[in-house]
Amino acid sequence: MSRRVELGAAFGAGLVFAVGLALLGMTQPSKVSGFLDLAGDWDPSLAFVMGGAVLVHFVAVRLLLRRGRPFVAPRFDLPSRKDIDASLVLGAALFGLGWGLAGYCPGPALVSAAAGEKWAISFVVAMAVGMLVQHAVAERKKTRAEPALD
Amino acid sequence: MSHATPIASALGGALIGLAATIVLAVHGKVAGISGIFGGLLRRDTTDRDFRLAFVLGLFGGGLVLSFAMPGAFPQGVALSSPLVVVVAGLLVGYGTRLGNGCTSGHGVSGLSRLSFRSLVATLVFMGVAIVTTYLVRHVGAS
Repeated sequence: MSRRVELGAAFGAGLVFAVGLALLGMTQPSKVSGFLDLAGDWDPSLAFVMGGAVLVHFVAVRLLLRRGRPFVAPRFDLPSRKDIDASLVLGAALFGLGWGLAGYCPGPALVSAAAGEKWAISFVVAMAVGMLVQHAVAERKKTRAEPALD
Repeated sequence: MSHATPIASALGGALIGLAATIVLAVHGKVAGISGIFGGLLRRDTTDRDFRLAFVLGLFGGGLVLSFAMPGAFPQGVALSSPLVVVVAGLLVGYGTRLGNGCTSGHGVSGLSRLSFRSLVATLVFMGVAIVTTYLVRHVGAS
């Protein structure tokens, strides 16, 4: 029973995300680019988007953490790393480069692809390939680092 | 600043904050789209059904909106050439997995949790995206 609530809530969250992104014009690369274009006719809307999102979510995070546990899952499973390493910085830089070039980040790209936008579809396929490559590279690094057990 | 839409933007942002809150409140995890989607591409992932449900919600939303709000989706118009869009996709895919997050994971969830890692990541990807946009729009051949 609770699993169905979890899955229903996950589906609902995805839906709300999609609606929010579309309402904001985040599914329009030109609008995203307009925000990132500080030197041009700057559209600061994305700052309000992030601000609004963080404001709402920050309050919820504080309340939820104080509660101690999620409503359905047995415990929180939050990222615990605190270090800043090269992977984080390089990964963020590569992501920023791609985002600046196409005006798509993962969420809006998935939503637009589902809406049938062909460039978003190409982007999503390429994104999946990029992710698979990163997984493979990380996996190889891991097996190389582990000493052979024989 | 003629196309600034601060109130609509903040309200839409609140919707995104709400979506992230639903995931955290019910499932106890960070709603990072690159992580949720990336996890689906792995063989050894946990919560496969949860991830699938979320992504289907994204897709379902997109599909419904394509009829209800067609203006939200520019059809057949891209910022750059097809090759650049594909390269950008590769970069975003690789980069978000390497850096463990994107605008929703680091930007919304990470900042809300006061994570220093996420702050650094967000500043880096925003900075690089801004510089990239400048180079493409004001320096590039197009």
